[in-house]
Amino acid sequence: MSYKEKIAKRAAQEVLPGQIINLGIGIPTLIPDYLTAETPVWVHSENGILGMGLRCRRGAEDRNLIDAGGSYVSLQPGAAFFDSGLSFALVRGGRLDVAFLGALEISRAGDLANWIIPGKYSPGIGGGMELAQKARRVIVTTTHTTRSGEPKILNHCTLPLTAKSCVNIIITELAVIEVTAEGLLLLEIAAGIDVKQVLAKTGASLIVPKGELPVF
Amino acid sequence: MDTVKTDRELEIDKTCSIKNIRSGFKDGMTVMVGGFGVPGTPFTLIDALLATGATDLTLIKNEANEDHMGLSKLIEAGHAKKIITSHLGLNATVTGIMNRGEIEVEFYPQGILAEKIRAGGAGLFGFLTDIGIDTILREKKQTVTIDGREMIAEPALHADVALIHAALADRSGNLVYEKSARNFNPLMATAADTVIAEVERVVETGSLDPDQIHTPGAFVDHVVEIKELTKEYGVLAHHVI
Repeated sequence: MSYKEKIAKRAAQEVLPGQIINLGIGIPTLIPDYLTAETPVWVHSENGILGMGLRCRRGAEDRNLIDAGGSYVSLQPGAAFFDSGLSFALVRGGRLDVAFLGALEISRAGDLANWIIPGKYSPGIGGGMELAQKARRVIVTTTHTTRSGEPKILNHCTLPLTAKSCVNIIITELAVIEVTAEGLLLLEIAAGIDVKQVLAKTGASLIVPKGELPVF
Repeated sequence: MDTVKTDRELEIDKTCSIKNIRSGFKDGMTVMVGGFGVPGTPFTLIDALLATGATDLTLIKNEANEDHMGLSKLIEAGHAKKIITSHLGLNATVTGIMNRGEIEVEFYPQGILAEKIRAGGAGLFGFLTDIGIDTILREKKQTVTIDGREMIAEPALHADVALIHAALADRSGNLVYEKSARNFNPLMATAADTVIAEVERVVETGSLDPDQIHTPGAFVDHVVEIKELTKEYGVLAHHVI
């Protein structure tokens, strides 16, 4: 299993039956592969779908049926289509239970930066800002560090924010970390990883509970 | 002497050929273009706009399609001075044009862009939102404080022309969209002085179920039936897994 699949598999456990969820581009799109029949969910897509199914098997693509990242998708029974205005009414109006998002940086207070690196990367805002600010629960699925090995989890974000104090849980290939009022709480650790390794790759102080940590 | 019109003459027929709409495209126009990726993008109307050579355009679209497709062609040809959009991440060519400063780009959160269009179409001047209030988006924005809560005042958007793609129309201009091709189309169909819809099939007025119509014909000025669904409308091979 790749590190991306590992993160997606763990993230899938955060989903409760019947929830309305939105999957950001990248790792989150792998999450449905790990949802079982015991966890029926409604997957929302920004381009106007509720009840999206798995990505299409080859040959079954419909030119009029894509997710917000451009992948061809299937539908679940009970799915609905709507316009982009209604799609974000669902988000801003508080009907979205969970948004799974990627990150460039996450702060100790749960601030999220994921849309711009000034001067280097500015593809636009997309739906991320509304998802981060308005989903009832925001789960960040990301690699623990950048490609060059710098920590993504910091005391304070250095990049422009997507939304302030919005992240609830961070799931990486190394650990599961909860954003609490007291600070970042280490909840779980990946198999074969020890706490020292997590601390070394985290740029913020972590609260490490006493005793054995659950392994994922 | 009064002439008595036949039933046929009383019937509204908004269908026209692509040639008839070309004269409506002018330099400096603001043009809304429906679509989110391929679904709902009016590729035929975009090509018609491109062919007129109209320049200094301000374009409003969720994204600029992918490289060398749809809206991207207008931008690559240098016909647009500005784009009002949500995300250009899937188009390296247009991102390059933006980074070189060859086009002005105004980014909005996707749902805020949709709502600005919806407001414009509903005859409103704008709305209040807290989206982005704690971010750099707040800079240069007018804010309003109500009951101690600060909100961004977001003006509505309106265009000279909206280019729409629908699956089905009747001759009166009632439109039906298909699946995820709906997206920004019904919003934009309300928010422009002239609304042109390209459609895959035209049926006789009266043959659509009134309960199933997404955009009432009142909003639509011209309907152009697409003769052929070109390759651009099809499945993009690089998105197939």
